[in-house]
Amino acid sequence: MKISFNINGQPASVEVDGNTPLLWIVRDVLNLKGTKFGCGKAACGACTLHVDGEAVRSCSYAVKFAEGKNITTLEGLSDGEKLHPVQQAWIEEIVPQCGYCQPGFMMATAALLEKNPNPTDEDIDNNIVNICRCGTYYRMRKAIHRAAEINAANS
Amino acid sequence: MTEQKKKKGVKRRKFLKYAGAGIGLMIGGVYLTRHSWRRTLLEMGESAILPYNGDLSPNVWFQITPENEIVLHSSKVEMGQGTFTGLAQLAAEELEVEVDKIKVVHAATATGNIDGMSTGGSLSIATLYQPVREMAATMREMVKGKAAEKLGVPVQELQVENGVVTGGGQSLTYGEIVKDVTEWEFPATPALKSTKNFRHIGKPVPRVDLYDKVVGKPMFGIDVDLPDMLHASVLRPELVDAKLKSCDTSAAENMPGVIKIVQEEDFVGVIAETHMQAEQARKSLKVEWTVNRKWNLEDVRAITQVGNGKATVIQKEGNAKSVLDDSKGKDGYLELTFNSPIGAHAQLEPNGSTALVKDGKATVWLSTQVPLVTLNEVSARLGMDKADVNIIPQYLGGGFGRRLHTPNAMQAAVLSKAVGRPVKSFFDRKQEFQNDTFRPPTHHVMRGKVDANGNIEAIEHSFCSGDVAFNSAIFPAAAKPIIGADIGAIRGGTIQYRTIPNIRTTSWHVDLPFATSWWRSLGLLANAFAIESFIDELALKAGQNPVDFRLAHIQDDEAGTRLKNVIKACAEKAGYTDQPVGNRAMGFAASVDAGSPCAQVVEVSIEDGEIKVHKATAVLDCGIAVNPDQVKAQVEGCICMGISASMFEKMDLKNNKLQPTIYGPYQMALMRNTPKEIDVALIEGADFAGPVGEPPLGPIGAAIGNAVRRLTGQRLTELPLQLA
Repeated sequence: MKISFNINGQPASVEVDGNTPLLWIVRDVLNLKGTKFGCGKAACGACTLHVDGEAVRSCSYAVKFAEGKNITTLEGLSDGEKLHPVQQAWIEEIVPQCGYCQPGFMMATAALLEKNPNPTDEDIDNNIVNICRCGTYYRMRKAIHRAAEINAANS
Repeated sequence: MTEQKKKKGVKRRKFLKYAGAGIGLMIGGVYLTRHSWRRTLLEMGESAILPYNGDLSPNVWFQITPENEIVLHSSKVEMGQGTFTGLAQLAAEELEVEVDKIKVVHAATATGNIDGMSTGGSLSIATLYQPVREMAATMREMVKGKAAEKLGVPVQELQVENGVVTGGGQSLTYGEIVKDVTEWEFPATPALKSTKNFRHIGKPVPRVDLYDKVVGKPMFGIDVDLPDMLHASVLRPELVDAKLKSCDTSAAENMPGVIKIVQEEDFVGVIAETHMQAEQARKSLKVEWTVNRKWNLEDVRAITQVGNGKATVIQKEGNAKSVLDDSKGKDGYLELTFNSPIGAHAQLEPNGSTALVKDGKATVWLSTQVPLVTLNEVSARLGMDKADVNIIPQYLGGGFGRRLHTPNAMQAAVLSKAVGRPVKSFFDRKQEFQNDTFRPPTHHVMRGKVDANGNIEAIEHSFCSGDVAFNSAIFPAAAKPIIGADIGAIRGGTIQYRTIPNIRTTSWHVDLPFATSWWRSLGLLANAFAIESFIDELALKAGQNPVDFRLAHIQDDEAGTRLKNVIKACAEKAGYTDQPVGNRAMGFAASVDAGSPCAQVVEVSIEDGEIKVHKATAVLDCGIAVNPDQVKAQVEGCICMGISASMFEKMDLKNNKLQPTIYGPYQMALMRNTPKEIDVALIEGADFAGPVGEPPLGPIGAAIGNAVRRLTGQRLTELPLQLA
């Protein structure tokens, strides 16, 4: 079936099986590799992107539900060359190790900060529930608080 | 934008970029006389004990392009441990350039620089600390020599700064110097900079891959895309100790998008247009397995018992056995048994490969920790000369030892050959859990005797484990009977308290019905948990502060002094006390792995019946920390991964099925389970760059258990730690 949506501000139209997870359309049809495959069961969060501003685990979200919606992937998080405050904070705190899970964490964080500009540690614990095997959680927590500060300074 | 346009445009750009990063740069690049490099490498290979591939032609480590780009072809892969950043610092130091001038890439096997040892064992920076600086210094001198000719100025009058050579009022960049040069003088290895003159080594330089990882650049094995590429899914064993009996492909053949189904003796692969089509078709294969015998977890535990299998005494001082046998049941005698579970790697990027086999050449792109093993397996399976096979390592979405086994490369290559097109094939998560090369379960019997003065008179550690190093292509089968003990299983197994007069450590090795192998820190996680929990219990028995008790049993040689220093520094930094404060208690533990001592203190409370770690303090002595920030990042990561492994993770085996097969049921630490505060300090107790990536995994499990003991009186003897 034909499905049309906006992705990172650009209109896109794909002719695919509507039950295909959005993840594989983003990665293999639109060739945006920043969104990662981790588990295929919405259990790890590596594939997190935004659908109409909500953090969604795209491995378990059929592409047909994306019809007419606005999708943002990590590639679209920055404003051209200007990195998103979450990305800036990730760089300042030197968060990534292997880096594979980080796009999902950054997308989950960006969505959290939209709703809750100054999350407490408890808010972070309750909302950021992706998995990082390298164990970068300590720096991520610092980076999330830092991103909130950057946002506050910008507004 | 239409789908077709977008697809084409993006694909071409990607391909060109790929060629640019890996292949295009080689063209027009200047190769420093390869035979001389080979000789140097062989010499270095002997001194640094680095087993390189026998045929080193060509062997590119460094490359300066006429465009003034310096490329370091790394024999070690980047899996998050920060090795690329450390190597760039080492190279920049002697090349007299800024760190960001060094572009570090994975060495493809076709360009040489193949590491026969693997990326692992916390040895990347430790073994390359000297060779990379020597080669960089040599290259700098070669370039200077050529600059002297070009500028007509004696070499000793030249100044080098930021990659520019200046002399006689003129300047040339490295790129300008190497341009059009075909003959090179190869000097003797120059003297290296002394530590006090370091500009880059020892500085907290940001990771060289930081920006690319933060903007989500395609860089991992799974991100490789080729024009005209197909996708495959390979059937893998779903049961332990079972063989494929039959596979009916008829239904799968008619599934949408299926191009071909390849049945080999040892695997079945489904090739389709898209990833999901290949997966769905593979799932509709009608498969029957022949099960050799029934297996449950209790069977595995019954095998994994001290007293089973092959015993090797790996440490013996005095006569621990008779002292302990005589002390049994008397004052001061203590015996405790510890267990650790089957552990999964659970790295986020699943295993897989992209292969192109066409016109007598094979190329495989993948995340691998053993490019040479991958090369050997692919060329052997295809019956191709190694010179016609190129393995191109990609950034790893986690390694942790899992990628020392890469049969997926050979499978993707076979499938690509069958269709004459590029094929990408990846595990799904269920396959990843079912076909892991697990951390083996272990069983430990600790015995000890404290004398009337509160000193340990005798200690004995007997432990039983399945394969770690023994199940590995990098470990020659012929070496097993010579060495006896599995060199991976024994990591961290010996007693570091060397003033104890009677010590005995025995490793028991057993065969298990499923694959076990390397898992970050190897035997250390379980061995240090057993030893350091037991030492704490002996301290309680002796009525002593556990820090003082440890210090009292460490010898005064160099290794002992380094261990004592991290213990003292950590206890002081954490403000360690053995008495609970409010609802919290501290736990202390220390271990030595691969020569690097690490001590840790955790602060723990019990909340709603669960253990909560609030703060961790760690002190590591790895000698020279090439990048202190990334060394600290490794310590922090080890603490979080260690909390995950020692508090939550365990695999089960029921009716031959290894389970769970998904995150969640395979419980791991999340943000909420890791400490809000991690305080790390480094001590440089040696004048070399020692191991970093695994040693900090040793103390954490015991430190938590020891805190729980002081808080609740319960001695937890089994991982994952669970309150009674």
